[in-house]
Amino acid sequence: MSTTDPASLKRTALAETHVRYGGRMVEFGGWWMPVQYTGILDEHTTVRTAAGLFDICHMGEFVVKGPQAGAWLNSLLTNDIDKLGDSQGQYSIMLNEQGGVIDDLILYRIAADEYYVIVNASMIEEDFKWASSKLPASGVTLTNLSDVTAGLALQGPKSEAILKAFVPGITPPARNTITAFTWNGVSGRVARTGYTGEDGFEFFFPAVDAEKVWDGLLALGKAFGLKPTGLGARDTLRLEACLPLNGNDLSPKRTPLEAGLGFFVSLTKAANFPGKDVLQKQKADGVKEKLAAFKLTGKGAPPRSHYVLYGDGQKIGEISSGSQSPTLGTGIGMGYVTAAWAEPGKAIEIEVRGTRIPAVTVKKPFYKRAA
Amino acid sequence: MSQNIPAGLYYAESHEWIKVDGNIGTVGITDHAQHELSDVVFVELPKIGATVAAKAPVAVVESVKAASDIYSPVSGEITEVNDVLSTDPAQVNTDPHGNGWIFKIKLSNVEELKSLKDAAGYAALLKG
Repeated sequence: MSTTDPASLKRTALAETHVRYGGRMVEFGGWWMPVQYTGILDEHTTVRTAAGLFDICHMGEFVVKGPQAGAWLNSLLTNDIDKLGDSQGQYSIMLNEQGGVIDDLILYRIAADEYYVIVNASMIEEDFKWASSKLPASGVTLTNLSDVTAGLALQGPKSEAILKAFVPGITPPARNTITAFTWNGVSGRVARTGYTGEDGFEFFFPAVDAEKVWDGLLALGKAFGLKPTGLGARDTLRLEACLPLNGNDLSPKRTPLEAGLGFFVSLTKAANFPGKDVLQKQKADGVKEKLAAFKLTGKGAPPRSHYVLYGDGQKIGEISSGSQSPTLGTGIGMGYVTAAWAEPGKAIEIEVRGTRIPAVTVKKPFYKRAA
Repeated sequence: MSQNIPAGLYYAESHEWIKVDGNIGTVGITDHAQHELSDVVFVELPKIGATVAAKAPVAVVESVKAASDIYSPVSGEITEVNDVLSTDPAQVNTDPHGNGWIFKIKLSNVEELKSLKDAAGYAALLKG
């Protein structure tokens, strides 16, 4: 239980609403957020089998506009923005000059001269400062809309049916694309993205309408099994899907190649981005430590961040994220280990309170939804 | 929110209960504690035969989010542990004062019970 004074924490437009829905509020990255309503295991299962609604108002939204917007983003981020057509989105990473991760994000091309960027809540100020420091003298404007933008994530196999009932006549966006929506006088954007390993949608709209949309979605979604879901389930869901959490699995001292995110790094595009030379060298030399996924082979305590990992009796790394997997019913985790130990099928050990318990490295992810 | 605080048990401020029969005490965590911890997914039981001091950490209860130490309310020797929790740790949530008990202890000093709270005292503690 957190001892931080809630009064000192940032609140989303839905903070009081969560209390009304029975949310248990905790500190998360400087924000006062619901960790759970009914319970993490129940909410996790709800998202895997029906649908859950997450408050993601704390996340950051930037708008990048201007004739040079795309070219500038291509020189700031790892992925190749030229792959995108209008309304398409991509996962990308912002690096420091050493190739370490500042933040991971999703950006959408709204038009050739307009992009919408979603960043992590705890990184809004730092991201904005870093990006601003890289702006050219003209041709690009960067605007932080985080304080006036609400975000809701509707996640789970029933999400599409709920969206269609919620916004009659809408053509649901395809995976990783974004479209406009209007509901009850509220206009915003909805993207088919998420952080749970399930199908789902993320809504972005004016923060003043947050409670109205939250209540409306939950009232309509009830018949589909929709429930409010908290950060606790969000964490177990994303870990089963092996989606990295910045601050745990990503850090300024780890490169995206070490994190296994090479697919989202274009070393062949013409644009130079901070850290590109470091990554090119790391790729040529070989990555020495990699983010591995593992699960316990028997009964045992759930793995936790910072527990030490052993291979052949030697320390090989430590855990970056760990938890009980509600889907697998066993302990799972990820951690950076020397590259040879990151291959699937390696017998390793986790030190828990002085005792070493057996685990095995596995192929990512732990959970993949049926196609 | 209503809490189940059975009469006849002793309660520690760290949210364990102990039910005493002769010089043997049965220990578990309170309904309030299981509710705060939420879904229990693992219990690390103490070792039978271990000698423990009052207020010493002797077991660990893990929820999805966190590991929490469980303290012995009294001094003594661990005589029995609830092995059922190895395969069904959720018993701590569903029946914290019954099937969710964690260990039994042979009290070395029954006078220590006087420093614990009764049901009314524990209820007052929770109201804070």
